[in-house]
Amino acid sequence: MNDLLNLLKENARLTNAQLAAMLGKTEQEVADEIHTLEQKGVIRGYTAILNEELARSTEVEALIELRVTPKRDFGFDDIAKTIMLYDEVESISLMSGAYDLALTVKGQSLKEVAMFVSQRLSAMEGVLSTATHFVLKRYKDKGIFIEDEEQDERSMICP
Amino acid sequence: MNYESILSARVQKMKPSGIRRFFDLAATMDNVISLGVGEPDFSTPWSIRKEAIDVLERRKIVYTANAGMIQLRAAIAEYLKKTIHTAYDPEHEIIVTVGGSEAIDIAIRGLVDPGDEVLVVEPSFVCYAPIVEMASGIPVPIETKAENRFRLTADELRAKITPKTKLLVLPYPNNPTGAIMEREDLEAIAEVLRGTDIMVLSDEIYSEMTYGKKHFSIVELEGMRERTILVNGFSKAFAMTGWRLGYLCAPEPVVKELVKIHQYVIMSSPTVSQYAAIEALENCEEDVKRMVREYNLRRRYLVEAFNRIGMTCFNPEGAFYVFPSIQCTGMTSEAFCEKLLEEELVAVVPGNAFGDSGEGFVRVSYAYSLRHLMEAVERISHFLERHGGKA
Repeated sequence: MNDLLNLLKENARLTNAQLAAMLGKTEQEVADEIHTLEQKGVIRGYTAILNEELARSTEVEALIELRVTPKRDFGFDDIAKTIMLYDEVESISLMSGAYDLALTVKGQSLKEVAMFVSQRLSAMEGVLSTATHFVLKRYKDKGIFIEDEEQDERSMICP
Repeated sequence: MNYESILSARVQKMKPSGIRRFFDLAATMDNVISLGVGEPDFSTPWSIRKEAIDVLERRKIVYTANAGMIQLRAAIAEYLKKTIHTAYDPEHEIIVTVGGSEAIDIAIRGLVDPGDEVLVVEPSFVCYAPIVEMASGIPVPIETKAENRFRLTADELRAKITPKTKLLVLPYPNNPTGAIMEREDLEAIAEVLRGTDIMVLSDEIYSEMTYGKKHFSIVELEGMRERTILVNGFSKAFAMTGWRLGYLCAPEPVVKELVKIHQYVIMSSPTVSQYAAIEALENCEEDVKRMVREYNLRRRYLVEAFNRIGMTCFNPEGAFYVFPSIQCTGMTSEAFCEKLLEEELVAVVPGNAFGDSGEGFVRVSYAYSLRHLMEAVERISHFLERHGGKA
């Protein structure tokens, strides 16, 4: 991945001027490059990484493993693209290994998520089984420590 | 007990490191953002740590050969062939030391007789002059200048050479300035030294940290390998400061004598670290590249930021420091650093800690995350608003 994308992945709020300095480019070049990346769909969006507890979010989140029967001619895409239309679904990925699709689902309560799984997902044609795991605590997200600051063990000044 | 009369006069005369007092001050304060550290912020690459763990599990940790494990010396020789195109005989021309520091120590002690003069390029790392003094030698600073981007010039060198000159300490890429010496700069220095009996101690501990230009060593120039003691190590390149491992390379007659000091003082360098260092040299080129890329982003950010807020700063092409001028504030380096610490809780190191010619500058390390650096720049720019910068 190029340096620009790496920098944005780490901190999408860097200004074009800051990025330009870091990359040894002009602001205009950086602006153009970002625009191109957005146009091409390489960059799909920008978001904030929250400590949900401090943000007083009451949402619950679950990881859901789904085993499904692939549809003839469409494989897993068809069912995955149907499932991703639900607002409750934060992410969905096709997996290798013991199950097929991995979902993260958010809801206002355990019950709400459980109902979504049992009434919507399980009932869907082609879904063979589901396993729901609720997230209890998040320690690190997208490379960032959620609760603790990374400690610098080095002494403050050394020659 | 009257310790003053008991302790060696020579040791008591030694000045404590110039940053000590400043360090003590910073240590009493909370929430200080430090840019004062001279070691990488990266963790040692995992495969190196894994190698050390395996060694601890499986082997007896016993002394190695005095000069270091022969496999490690062979790996060092390979590495130097590849990076600076110079052949050293692993058997007779390499000593594995406890960090670059020990290599510097035994090199100086091995060469200097009482009254010998040792030319020390300044600003530079703090250890050279005290070690020369311990060996009853006379350290002679050569002050490099900002207008020369802190490179040593042939004229500056020539002006300090006397019949007593024994050794030139050449520390590039440079801590604290970030300066490098390129082939043509070194050629001019070599020209002065060829035909003399002056030796060079080339401290190349930051050799992997150059930006846009590959490191060039003075030993690559004709006639220089025979008069140079090359010092390097694992601390900076592989983020292995705490492993305490470095090395020196020199012609056999030199190594034969220096290894005696090493043998009596150290016996052999840390065994676990030596195994780990073989892994570093053989399999961690990509890790080094990754770290250098990251340093480069930070370096460009800081150079631009300091110049923008009025602390002019030449473009440093090596190590992981920038060395901006604080002239716009009219303060001395120490006053600047103390005020900055008190008012904005940012710690940088006064330039004069690295020699008188560092006065008027501060050393800023970018061995920190970009997030950390940006917060620090923010605070420094507030400081300059109050104290004469153009921010």
